[in-house]
Amino acid sequence: MTVATQEELTLEQKAVLDEILAENRDKSGATMLVLTLTQERLGYVSPAMQQYLSQEMRVPLSHIYGVLTFYSFFRMAPIGQHKINVCLGTACYVRGGPSLIEKYQQVLGIKVGETTEDQQFTLEVCRCVGACSQAPVVMIDDDIIGRMKPQNVAKTLRKYK
Amino acid sequence: MTYRAQVLVGSAGEKAPAVEQALLGKIKELHLDQEIQVLEASTLGHPEQPVEIAVYPDGVHYVNVTPADAEVIVTEHLYKGRPVEPLRYREPQVEPLPAPSTKEVRVVLRNVGKIDPENIDDYIAEDGYQALAKVLTEMKPEEVIAEMKASGLRGRGGAGFPTWLKWQFARNSPGDEKYVVCNGDEGDPGAFMNRRVLEGDPHAVIEGMIIAAYVIGAHQGYFYVRAEYPIAIRTLRVAIKQAREYGLLGKDIFGSGFDFDLEVRMGAGAFVCGEETALMRSIEGERGMPTTRPPFPAVSGLWGKPTNINNVETYANVPQIIMRGGQWFASMGTEKSKGTKTFAIAGKVKRTGLIEVPLGITVREVVYDVGGGILDDKKFKAVQTGGPMGGCIPEQFLDLPVDYETLASVGSIMGSGGFVVMDEDTCMVDIARFFMEFVQDESCGKCTPCRVGTRRMLEILTDITEGRGQPGDIERLEKLGEYIKKGSLCGLGQGAPNPVLSTIKFFREEYEAHINDKKCPAKVCRALIEYTIEAEECIGCTRCARNCPVDAITGKAREPHVIDPTVCIRCGICQQVCPVGAVHVE
Repeated sequence: MTVATQEELTLEQKAVLDEILAENRDKSGATMLVLTLTQERLGYVSPAMQQYLSQEMRVPLSHIYGVLTFYSFFRMAPIGQHKINVCLGTACYVRGGPSLIEKYQQVLGIKVGETTEDQQFTLEVCRCVGACSQAPVVMIDDDIIGRMKPQNVAKTLRKYK
Repeated sequence: MTYRAQVLVGSAGEKAPAVEQALLGKIKELHLDQEIQVLEASTLGHPEQPVEIAVYPDGVHYVNVTPADAEVIVTEHLYKGRPVEPLRYREPQVEPLPAPSTKEVRVVLRNVGKIDPENIDDYIAEDGYQALAKVLTEMKPEEVIAEMKASGLRGRGGAGFPTWLKWQFARNSPGDEKYVVCNGDEGDPGAFMNRRVLEGDPHAVIEGMIIAAYVIGAHQGYFYVRAEYPIAIRTLRVAIKQAREYGLLGKDIFGSGFDFDLEVRMGAGAFVCGEETALMRSIEGERGMPTTRPPFPAVSGLWGKPTNINNVETYANVPQIIMRGGQWFASMGTEKSKGTKTFAIAGKVKRTGLIEVPLGITVREVVYDVGGGILDDKKFKAVQTGGPMGGCIPEQFLDLPVDYETLASVGSIMGSGGFVVMDEDTCMVDIARFFMEFVQDESCGKCTPCRVGTRRMLEILTDITEGRGQPGDIERLEKLGEYIKKGSLCGLGQGAPNPVLSTIKFFREEYEAHINDKKCPAKVCRALIEYTIEAEECIGCTRCARNCPVDAITGKAREPHVIDPTVCIRCGICQQVCPVGAVHVE
């Protein structure tokens, strides 16, 4: 969970939310679904978006906030253009995941959970992407890079710039 | 009219029409047009080498065919019966994948990697949906339950509850509105069995779910798949759409009057949602916190209605059991644990990956025969089964059979099938701390013993690994562990202390070394080790200095380098990159 952004709801965002709501608001258990789709399409769920969804769905804001903070996938502020997820599942941990994190922090100059100043990369840690036979694994956006070594960190990042 | 041979022409490549014309022209010229049929195809498997041609029934493929080549193919191959060798497609020389171990028996994984998961016809060609047809047209729900009972199949999510009994409970619960749910929230780090099944053979799981729905009388089902598995989610959505188009989902399936449909719901990164009651809260759109049982889901589950919830692998077994009979399934495995089980072997073995073996196989067979032994031929230390709620099985139990009861008897669990192998370089205290950090992070916070207790245990473990351990810490961990097990509602809290308790039980001396001697025998815990460069061995290649993340290494090129221990963060990168092994750790 990152710090929430204070920005206001833009017209574009509102249009996307309306579209999502139109299709899903009547489904059973819609809260999670709507929030997942919102993040999928807009990248994050800002407090302004939460406010709007709460009003439209007639669900208490506290409930929406509760769901957002319970699940680690949701974010309340935008992230960098590329998301780096270093896996710390058991297999990756045993095979050197922690040293990868250190190298990324050094190369990018940020800590886990932070975004580089140029909004290029966000560094995160995840738990097992189910590619344990390739451990240690790093996921950059949707690409899974297996058998990663600290000395290759900088090289693989160049591809995403 | 029947033809002697058929020629397929791939449509890829701009020359395709010209090639086809050349073929037709030459065939006519040689008066073969009554014997040979020319058909257009989209691709024959090599669209990157246009134009492709295939001659059947010979099964000969040609690639990079020009119109002139096409005429040669007609005169030589179709007229004279001699395939044109220089134009033939040859399989590129690739190193063959290692064959599955002979100890493996593939039931759940039988189609994985073999069929195209996004093409329902592929599944049907492998006898797919025949079990469903049999159930819907020939069997009563009671007969299905009897077959499941005969099979002895137990829940593959980890707890091992008999599947037939679960179905019977849900069937006997009164109510018109019932649900079936598939638990695809495979969260254990080091486990990826369900992912492979969902991605490789989604229809087997769907078929199993429809059968379960028929038995209990449900008309709506939900897949709950974790968001970390985007490919599985996509594959499932495609599979459901295709099943609907074929009338295998929807109204009046197989004309039996039975209606059933399915929907995919995504998790959002909460490990506790793998617990069945939490999972159902999550489908309902709530915070995924477990609730007390009873009432069990079979009585009051999703939206308070009777619900049957099984794991991906459990459902995937069902069609096979119906087709081949419960007796066949029960012929594999041990007395109480029947059938096969998939395991994800990971960690320090030579062959990591997914396997499926009959239950009752020994740990040794899995590690050495199927897994190929320990990486770099180091010494086996332990295997961790069952994920963060499981335990470590040490060397003296290598010959124990893998089944539900035996694993439980040594303080571990079957779990969903994670099988992480550890060697002499793994510190058991560090591993225990790792798992405790995981459960502490994933505890939903509902039960105080789990929320606060795991944090206290983590603090003690962190102190031990960072050299601040005190006498009595081990006993404190044991006491806390027992309290947390007793005082927590769901499997997460009840199992959370297991990795710590089992490592204390079998590797107590490692804990003592950390606490009393401030030493980490496996040389992992950073506060207790120091890296040094042996001056006589160092060749001064500067590689370590360039790779050090904190610039703790100094030295000129071609001269011995030195590590400053006050700056060094003990990440071990220098040791990894050193070409001559001059970096030592004490």
